[in-house]
Amino acid sequence: MKTFLKTAVAAAVIALGGAFSANAEQVKVGFSPEAYPPFYSQDASGNWTGWEVEIVQAICGAAKLDCVLTPIPWDGLIPALKTNKIDAIMNSMSITAEREKEIDFSGKYYNTPTAVIGPKDQKYDATPEGLKGKILGVQVSTVHAAYAKKHFTGSAAEIKEYQTQDEANQDLVAGRIDGTQADSIALDAFLKSEQGQACCDLKGYVAPDLEVLGPGVGAGVRKGDTELAGKINAAIKEIRADGKYAEITKKYFDFDIYGEDTQSN
Amino acid sequence: MPARAGKLGATLIDAIIPAVASGLLDLLALEPPGWGGNLLRGLVSSVEIAVGAYVMGLLIGIGGAYGKLYGGPVVRDLLGLYTTIVRAVPELVLILMLYFAGTDLVNRVLIAFGHQAVDINGLIAGIGVLGIVQGAYSTEVLRGAILAIPQGQVEAARAYGMSPGLLLRRITLPAMLPFAIPGLANLWLIATKDTALLAIVGFNELTQTTRLAAGATKAYFTFFLAAGALYLALTLFSNVIIGRVERWARRGMPSLTETR
Amino acid sequence: MAETPAVAAVRKGGGWLQPHRIVLISIALAIVLASIFYLRWDWLPAYLPLAVQGIWRTIWLLAVTSVLGIALAIPLGLAQAAGPWALAAPARAFCTIIRGTPLLLQLWLLYYGLGSLFPQIPWIRDSFLWPYLRQAWPYGVLSLTLSFAGYEGEVMRGAFAGVPKGQLEAARAFGMRRWTAFRRIWLPQALHRALPTLAGETVLQLKATPLVATITMVDIYAVASRVRQDTFITYEPLLLLAAVYMAVTGIIVLAFRRLEARFPARVG
Repeated sequence: MKTFLKTAVAAAVIALGGAFSANAEQVKVGFSPEAYPPFYSQDASGNWTGWEVEIVQAICGAAKLDCVLTPIPWDGLIPALKTNKIDAIMNSMSITAEREKEIDFSGKYYNTPTAVIGPKDQKYDATPEGLKGKILGVQVSTVHAAYAKKHFTGSAAEIKEYQTQDEANQDLVAGRIDGTQADSIALDAFLKSEQGQACCDLKGYVAPDLEVLGPGVGAGVRKGDTELAGKINAAIKEIRADGKYAEITKKYFDFDIYGEDTQSN
Repeated sequence: MPARAGKLGATLIDAIIPAVASGLLDLLALEPPGWGGNLLRGLVSSVEIAVGAYVMGLLIGIGGAYGKLYGGPVVRDLLGLYTTIVRAVPELVLILMLYFAGTDLVNRVLIAFGHQAVDINGLIAGIGVLGIVQGAYSTEVLRGAILAIPQGQVEAARAYGMSPGLLLRRITLPAMLPFAIPGLANLWLIATKDTALLAIVGFNELTQTTRLAAGATKAYFTFFLAAGALYLALTLFSNVIIGRVERWARRGMPSLTETR
Repeated sequence: MAETPAVAAVRKGGGWLQPHRIVLISIALAIVLASIFYLRWDWLPAYLPLAVQGIWRTIWLLAVTSVLGIALAIPLGLAQAAGPWALAAPARAFCTIIRGTPLLLQLWLLYYGLGSLFPQIPWIRDSFLWPYLRQAWPYGVLSLTLSFAGYEGEVMRGAFAGVPKGQLEAARAFGMRRWTAFRRIWLPQALHRALPTLAGETVLQLKATPLVATITMVDIYAVASRVRQDTFITYEPLLLLAAVYMAVTGIIVLAFRRLEARFPARVG
């Protein structure tokens, strides 16, 4: 009986410890549990898959970090990072001056142009003149939302903000919006889907604006956490050099999505 | 116009029949290519949070009701403030506040007292947030039920020299139960439905898993209907249980003609 | 209604402003002042016009859906309380389904669920309804109205059933027609019985309105979310949001109190 009690107490302590205390070596990587194919999506057995999931694993492997994917809604990621709920954000978050006021970033791990797609039966360009009178959908709190508000307010009839890009795509299919602006690869994946093929095509890429769109997507870390940022930077370099990055990318895309090599971090 | 209505009917049937014939069953299958298993797992975690939040709410409610009835003036006013705020501010706002601020606060307090920061997982945070909301409503329900006990019963018990603890256990709790059960039953139904709000903070309960399944398969209509059926089944099942509990609690009392 | 001990204590103690309340109020004031001075409010001027618009949308949504919901709830309640089986059963099923599923799910089913069916119905884009079907607010209004009707249908059923039979029999004995008796006797008394419940239910309806932000409607909740997302300030917009909802709740409670006071205490 005594031993039973001892084991029970020990088990309870371990269980509680597991539930409450964070392992010192663990790095909690925040991502939003909303489908963002081909970067993040959930399959029917409940596992997260996609390019970014594999890249996160590769980066953590190279940096010898024990990463735990922690789901946090998109608009709560930065507050969660600041309040220590997570230690890093790797969720296709673009490096921007506005965000750098709140958090630090590693170097980029991909960079792709920004595109606008719309229904096939409407012909227009991704310019302020082309979008005159159109209803444009964007995901809240993204560089695309910021860009659309800066460049298309006044010419577009309305800029609608969605919780997820998936829902914006859905409303494009439903015909409630005339276009959506987002990352070109994410939109490309949608255009290749059955639904996307039936309804929509590419209207064009938006004019560059480095200030809003930023130099690419990086891992967000807490302000001053140079140690983690350094480890992630080294790991990105390593997987770029040893072919791991190319190997993962080949599974999803037919070109290198890293963009131009930049030395700045 | 009738022609158009006929056309709508025809197109709707065209749209739905093939879906029913081929896709529907595959989509909702329990094994992985289908998403049925995911939905059921979501339902289980919804029920887990609802049970946890409900129990926590009840505990807060018992303490709150006693505090409101027999506490000092400061306790009464503070409890009044708590129930007023929670009942006036939308659950969605409270969830966001407590979810972000609450866990932050807990950690700051722990660090201030020299402990290590803890990782409060989604389940515990969800239960805590909904439990605090439920607690405010429970407080009011239980307070009303205790007030509804005929005063003579309590006085008689006091006259017999019962200690306050014994009085609570033997008289107050059993006597208030019949008055409290309709309100408490309603709170349970609210708890099950409020879990859906946790989808907004990304918690993997039934509504969130449904949203993911719908997003992945583009079968929005099918999946939202299926989740609705699951919630409804939970409510109807709860109603059966509540009916039994109510009959049990009212045993020996004059039958109540429905007044509502 | 039994007087609560707290109320009794105030009556005996003479006056609402007791010593401990003065202390509590000064603590509360200190907290409010501290949050004004120590928290960040520099975003407020820039977002004020949007916030005013958001508050207006929230109140508009609340008013429209409550009125429409009650209008639907009256036949729903009547059908369940006195209707033939063929009317009572569907009304009952409607109330059970609405009350048995989360509003968020109903909203998403209407907005995204119906939206996903549109591509299969090509002519719908040429119909006169299309300009409305494209926007978000009709779905928000519809789903909040149906939800309110579902809950209030149940309240009205109880209210209709609770009007004493003798009243209706007396009306018939006076030779009133059924419609006149309904209009003059049954409905006013049922509404009067439902009034105290309606105050609480309207507050619950207010608390349900922020859900429409998830289908791109810009109410006050959506405005606060936008501030959060644009400026990365978490707590301040939420605090202001809570204050706004508490103020609106206060107005609703006071309005219903005045409405109740306008009717004599006992009609029947």
